Amino acid sequence: MVMMKDNGEEFPKKLQLYSFSTSPPSFSVRIALNLKGLDYEYKAVNLFKGEQHRPEFLKINPIGFIPALMDGDMVLADSFAIILYLEEKYPQHPLLPCDLAKRAINYQAANFVCSSIQPLIRLPILKYIGDNVGLEEKVPWVHKHVGKGFTALEKLLKDHAGKYATGDEIFLADVLLAPYIVGYLQRYNFDMSEYPLLSRLAEAYKQVPAIQDAMPEKQPDFPIN
Amino acid sequence: MTTAGAEELPKKLQLYSFFMSSSSFRVRIALNLKGLDYEYKAINLFKREQHSPEFLKINPIGYVPALVDGDLVLADSFAIILYLEEKYPQHPLLPHDLEKRAINYQAANIISSSIQPLISLPILQYIGENVGPDANIPWIQKHVGKGFAALEKLLKGHAGKYATGDEIFLADLFLAPQIIGLTQRFNYDMTEFPLLSRLSEAYMQVPAIQDAMPDKQPDFPNN
Repeated sequence: MVMMKDNGEEFPKKLQLYSFSTSPPSFSVRIALNLKGLDYEYKAVNLFKGEQHRPEFLKINPIGFIPALMDGDMVLADSFAIILYLEEKYPQHPLLPCDLAKRAINYQAANFVCSSIQPLIRLPILKYIGDNVGLEEKVPWVHKHVGKGFTALEKLLKDHAGKYATGDEIFLADVLLAPYIVGYLQRYNFDMSEYPLLSRLAEAYKQVPAIQDAMPEKQPDFPIN
Repeated sequence: MTTAGAEELPKKLQLYSFFMSSSSFRVRIALNLKGLDYEYKAINLFKREQHSPEFLKINPIGYVPALVDGDLVLADSFAIILYLEEKYPQHPLLPHDLEKRAINYQAANIISSSIQPLISLPILQYIGENVGPDANIPWIQKHVGKGFAALEKLLKGHAGKYATGDEIFLADLFLAPQIIGLTQRFNYDMTEFPLLSRLSEAYMQVPAIQDAMPDKQPDFPNN
């Protein structure tokens, strides 16, 4: 819903998301916001151009990390922290199941992505590998670390998955996992055939409107070329 | 707890841990703060015991630390700590205030996502072998420096005696092992990080952290 002032201008949206279209953590937060039906202003920060280091952005978020969420006076970075905050503040469409053991599976899956996969395949890390080990080493590095994480996820989710990662509803695990398996890894020729469960989940995710709307190609800053 | 007949009932909680692992250290602090008794099951990561059939049978994922609570097996320190928080609410590890909770989540993630994974042994081994043995120190300096600088900024308006106030919360469980590990193993220079240095000194006075230190664990060499 767009709130209008008397003079026809829009009220500033309460939530602002500093995001980069193709960044998986930004994608995860967009999915969470969409699932909860939360309206937000999209503030593009181009990581390729180093815009996260610009004074204008650092003034708002001194830590300089993307994604970052502004909610009124509060600024919060880190996709996992943002999503847990959204879950606690805006409880509609819960992102965690009630059952404690199932919640624990979601926390594990989320952290396998956040702590084991994402940190090692971020662009600055790949640039370091390319510059210091060799350009031809970047793809094997991605395959190795993504492969390790995906193998763990296949084992973890095997006895818990339903239509989605931990049952028949979309939860935290799906929100963190989806960005990696709906197309991001194609650039690295990553072969998903060894990961049958994750491959099936990818097909299911592509049908979810909240995920479709969060896709990089749908964002205002998606590169046209 | 004992019955007549003198055998101990098996402890309900078992923690698969490596004395040196900062992620194992985090969980040990949490268990201590909550006063939870547990059986310590040592897994030596240097000897690759996480790949042993016995361990994989219990935890097919092979990650350490791993918690066994009855039938439930759980890996990943962050997930374990959030599970403990929800199941054993004594000595809460998260504040009530939503914004302070969010700061705790963010601080914990700066450690668990931006720092620790980049300075784990396998990564340092790769850097040493493929870039050069002189590359490790600059790599550690860069990633730890960036993460610690972020933490100094994040916690500046929130810290009290500990990271986010005058009680120990989630952020401290992640910070203490990282700072202690870096200063002990790499003699890391903390002078640029006055807040983290002050916190580090406060942590050394906390019994739950002291008891969780690597050199107090059964698998510390010579224990």
